[in-house]
Amino acid sequence: MGIKKITFAHMGTSALAFKMLFQDLGYEVINPPVPDKHILSLGVKYSPEFACIPFKIVLGSYLKIIENNPHVIVSAGGFGPCRAGYYGEMHRRILNELGYNPDFIFFWPPLKKPLNFFKKIYQLKDKTSFISAMIALKRAWKKLKALDQIEILSHKIRAREKNHGMTTYAFHRGLTYLDEARTTSSIREAREAAVEELRKVPVDNQRSVLNIGIVGEIYVQLEPAANFHIEELLGNMTAVPHRTIFLTNFARKSPFSHDSKAKKIAKPFLPEMVGGHGQQSVGDVVSFSQQGYDGVIQLAPFTCIPEIVAKSLMPYLSKRMNIPVLTLFIDEQTGQAGVETRVEAFIDMIQQRQKD
Amino acid sequence: MPVVGIPRALAYYTYFPLWKTFLEEIGVQVKSSIATNKQILDLGVQETVTDACIPIKILHGHVLALKDKVDYIFLPRLVSIDGQSNFCPKFLGLPDMVRYSRSDLPPIISLRIKKTIMKPVFFNFLYHLGRFFQANLQLITRAYLRARKAQKQYFRLLETGFFPDTALAILEGKSDDIESINPSLALNLAVLGYPYSVYDPYISGNLLQNIHKMGAGVSTMESIPNILLKKMSRRLPLNLFWHYSNLVAWSSLHFLENVNSIDGIIHVSAFGCGPDAMLNRLLELEAKHGKNPFLTISIDEHSGEAGILTRLEAFMDMLKYQKTGLYNLGGEKQ
Repeated sequence: MGIKKITFAHMGTSALAFKMLFQDLGYEVINPPVPDKHILSLGVKYSPEFACIPFKIVLGSYLKIIENNPHVIVSAGGFGPCRAGYYGEMHRRILNELGYNPDFIFFWPPLKKPLNFFKKIYQLKDKTSFISAMIALKRAWKKLKALDQIEILSHKIRAREKNHGMTTYAFHRGLTYLDEARTTSSIREAREAAVEELRKVPVDNQRSVLNIGIVGEIYVQLEPAANFHIEELLGNMTAVPHRTIFLTNFARKSPFSHDSKAKKIAKPFLPEMVGGHGQQSVGDVVSFSQQGYDGVIQLAPFTCIPEIVAKSLMPYLSKRMNIPVLTLFIDEQTGQAGVETRVEAFIDMIQQRQKD
Repeated sequence: MPVVGIPRALAYYTYFPLWKTFLEEIGVQVKSSIATNKQILDLGVQETVTDACIPIKILHGHVLALKDKVDYIFLPRLVSIDGQSNFCPKFLGLPDMVRYSRSDLPPIISLRIKKTIMKPVFFNFLYHLGRFFQANLQLITRAYLRARKAQKQYFRLLETGFFPDTALAILEGKSDDIESINPSLALNLAVLGYPYSVYDPYISGNLLQNIHKMGAGVSTMESIPNILLKKMSRRLPLNLFWHYSNLVAWSSLHFLENVNSIDGIIHVSAFGCGPDAMLNRLLELEAKHGKNPFLTISIDEHSGEAGILTRLEAFMDMLKYQKTGLYNLGGEKQ
């Protein structure tokens, strides 16, 4: 048997790092497609009606990729109470039902099933030695960190850019540098070059910008195609988005420590872990307000249970902590224009509020 | 004597005898809300976030219906009773969802019910509940034993095929309707779903009564002994994460295994129910592999009885045709 083909679902910029990791492990990587209308409608067709939009987009991506006959699909699993833990199993069942039988490798949270985690690594690394697999993992981690760093920087610069669209252009140039980088030293060089590229964007330092926190479910936060590029949207309205979840801080905090800072802050309002990022969303709103942010946007897919629980606390929190909160529930019916209008009105409202 | 209000929603249909007996034994008056009606639904819809499912909206309505009549609202935080599966995240955050929805509610009793390794799950919870009302250990123990006995009787009645309303009436001595409740009829349907959707006639559009009226028998998941369900739990490659969903999944596997006992499966699911998105597809696939007729009835605050009735009639007609051999599910003409 020749080189095995591997694939995974697209989630923001992280696809670049995973691509490198699997290539280092000796697989042929089928590039996960960036979610679009076609993929979403494929997913909607075969998904349960009330599954959330991440489920539908990921299933749609699998169905699109499956034409290239991947041997292995890598995904994440979990133990609830959020549904996402069951998604891998459900995807497998639906694909089997349609007559496709790729191998699925699910990664469970390493702390809950440590043996299983190493077994999966062993299964995945195939013929590569354990040491070089670990080195590849470390390199992929470096790349993830670099990707997150330039993304955060781009958010800050976009709100102050003089010419519309320059930052996005520079950011995508930076991404191509990082995509080409293959060794630890070249990743460092690419990162510096990308940062340099962003710094060259002419900015207006006098401009007063709004600081908007973004809380909510991980997939719609990380995947711009699912949240209608809300960060670019905010940047163009001279607001700096501060996302609470980046893959690097998520991987560091969540699987290893079950009690992050946001959860502690959320305790007086929501003492129970409701799964997903429900409790963090509540805690993050409180801490954003303590840090003096101008507003918070809660992003969640429609029917996401943990975020519904969090949403029902938002009116109270918003009043009590004196911070405007906009909740956006996203599903396959949500349109770009609808999101733009609501975000615009929200930003206008905050600007008015500060003038008074 | 303090009055505690128990909303007639969600876990009421499973644990009401336990809570009621215990609270009354320690000298607390219990008041449960009236059966769901239009007013309760409207109240609930007003106060709840739009994205919540109808059982949660109904619960808010019941709490509001009780709020001026009681000193406390009883809304325990059901986390896990077997230590493996959790309840739906909305159950986990329920007391907080209700507490912050309005400012004029009476205090909410939201003690946690969670199984830990060393402690028996309900005694631990009821002990703290008893201490909250300043009962001593002796009183609590006695109340606990009586409550447990009542709960066991209730489960036994459900297993014989009574529905919660009748079973509760029998427990209170108001009804002695012990006539045979499951006569073997021409058609027998399994109606699966969470007890708070299936047994609330207002939101399920009188589903159970309508099936009876059409001359078919009904089996629900409560009528399957626990031990048989546990056996089924090893069938799925990965069990679901939610207590009630697992019970539904296992009971459907049980019915599919004993195909002769039923002719079709009806799954009652609430619009926008998170766990049901997974569960419904799971049941659909399992029923398809078992070549068993399967109908999903999805309910929300707009669903009328007529709509549900039409779908039910069509399903029953199909089952009757199939029985008489006019056509079978495989599509081959006989």
